[in-house]
Amino acid sequence: MRHYLDFEKPIAELEGKIEELRRMSEPNGINIAEEVSRLTAVADRQLRATYGKLTPWQKTLVARHPDRPKAMDYIRALISDFTPLAGDRAFADDAAVLGGLGRFRGRAVVVLGTEKGADTESRVLHNFGMARPEGYRKARRLIELAGRFGLPVLSFVDTSGAFPGVDAEAHGQAEAIARSIEACLEAPVPLVPTIIGEGGSGGAIALAAGDRVLMLEHAIYSVISPEGCASILWRDAGQAANAAEALRLTADDLKRLELVDEVIPEPVGGAQRDTAATIAAVGNAVSAALQPLLGLDSATLKGRRREKFLQAGREALA
Amino acid sequence: MNWLTDYVRPKIRTLFARREVPENLWHQCPACEQMIFHRDLMTNLKVCPHCGHHMRVGAIERLGYTFDEGSFTRIELPKVIADPLRFRDTKRYTDRLKEARDKTHLDDAVVVAHGKIDGQPAVVAAMEFEFIGGSMGAAVGDGILAAAQLAVLQDAPLIVFTASGGARMQEGAISLMQMPRTVIATRLVKEAGLPYIVVLTDPTTGGVTASFPMLGDIHIAEPGALIGFAGPRVIEQTVREKLPEGFQRAEYLHEHGIVDLVVKRTELKATLARIISLLRIKEVAAAAA
Repeated sequence: MRHYLDFEKPIAELEGKIEELRRMSEPNGINIAEEVSRLTAVADRQLRATYGKLTPWQKTLVARHPDRPKAMDYIRALISDFTPLAGDRAFADDAAVLGGLGRFRGRAVVVLGTEKGADTESRVLHNFGMARPEGYRKARRLIELAGRFGLPVLSFVDTSGAFPGVDAEAHGQAEAIARSIEACLEAPVPLVPTIIGEGGSGGAIALAAGDRVLMLEHAIYSVISPEGCASILWRDAGQAANAAEALRLTADDLKRLELVDEVIPEPVGGAQRDTAATIAAVGNAVSAALQPLLGLDSATLKGRRREKFLQAGREALA
Repeated sequence: MNWLTDYVRPKIRTLFARREVPENLWHQCPACEQMIFHRDLMTNLKVCPHCGHHMRVGAIERLGYTFDEGSFTRIELPKVIADPLRFRDTKRYTDRLKEARDKTHLDDAVVVAHGKIDGQPAVVAAMEFEFIGGSMGAAVGDGILAAAQLAVLQDAPLIVFTASGGARMQEGAISLMQMPRTVIATRLVKEAGLPYIVVLTDPTTGGVTASFPMLGDIHIAEPGALIGFAGPRVIEQTVREKLPEGFQRAEYLHEHGIVDLVVKRTELKATLARIISLLRIKEVAAAAA
């Protein structure tokens, strides 16, 4: 059963009708192929039109779509010999942050990801993708491990943000995030992050301060959630759509601001309509981003990465 | 080289000037509600003489408390693109900036100065909470970077006084990028072998905390200061339970191993001077030889 977003209602109705026609035609043998193909064309046009001009708030909903591929889906499809590694060596393992060794197109890598989970059980297990300090400390440990063995680091970012909880604060959430950002910036190996869904604030940049930052077409990347921003600046969380607009959190905006390096196009109707094609496109983009970095020595890599972030924010929107 | 040749034109030596306030003015402590004579509050560095409550202090006052004889030299900070996103909520961001500038007489939420602390050279960056909640956008990021570069240039320790509600939302992802940018600033100071000391003051929260404030060689906090990543209200809404007593206060962070010392404002300068002299033993020995 496909999950439709509110703004997809006209498409849902069309596709529902097509489905109904198909069901009717089978037992009766009535030939409705013509009608089905006509409706399919209409639905397709509608889908293209809708997704061709999504508002920032609609993109926020697509970025959070429950059927959108999650970090684990990318790891399963793109990483062979995946060997998960656990724990911060101090307190706990945080399932919100996936990490481990594996091969990406034959090359040994360290892979990291924030995982939201795909059903109720796994969402609870992964804390809805909201990491605790232990998760960021695990990330830092694995980035350092990658550095020692000369392995590139790939990260898949999809989080509404770091977990706001009593235990997280008691264990030094702010320090853990700061150290994780530092580990990214100091990594002597290539680091290629991809924002695959939500890039939520400090919890996202903790794994995304890399050499080439990739972002899916309908992903969002923001300093605060539209709801959070609306409740602070408008004093009304109901203004989230306006806040999403003002925050310039879409991939296009971030590319224009030169805060991400590349936008990866999604299939028509969003990543959730064709997860295999989305994951393949991300794989190709990661591979293309990684290739030119592989020949660089660690000093050059670190120097360029620093320069890249020092230059961030020199572009404004006209 | 970079911004230094471009931007740093040392302003005339700024003397820490006391504002003209009637001598007979009284204040009420927001914590114990007792009345405090204006002059007593000022000589006690805005700490309530009755209950020890630390009131918030502006960036310029802070510099005055920290440097010898209240004397320091401010540096001009790089100019950044104003309102890069053309952000508008219930107000225009440009209007908010203008109001904040009129209110504080500062360009943005950080001030950088150099001078001496107990005779030892130091660079200090002080944040101004009254400037849009001390929030960090490109100007604050550049200010922290400028402070780090100045410290390296002067071979002096860097001390940062933090006071911030978090990111400057009106600069969107550009404000987020100030987290890695200010982390780079801390690396510059550390790579030069110089001490980097953070003094966390009330309040220091949000994404700002998760960058340069948590990477000090030494973390000092003022008593009672609220310090954390997520704000207490957000946490309360998420976990739907009452927060523990003293949660996210300086003493709580000290207990949880996140800050080294909780130091009263009246003892802060002496503590900073002592730490610098202890960390810089190599330089002192070299100078004596």
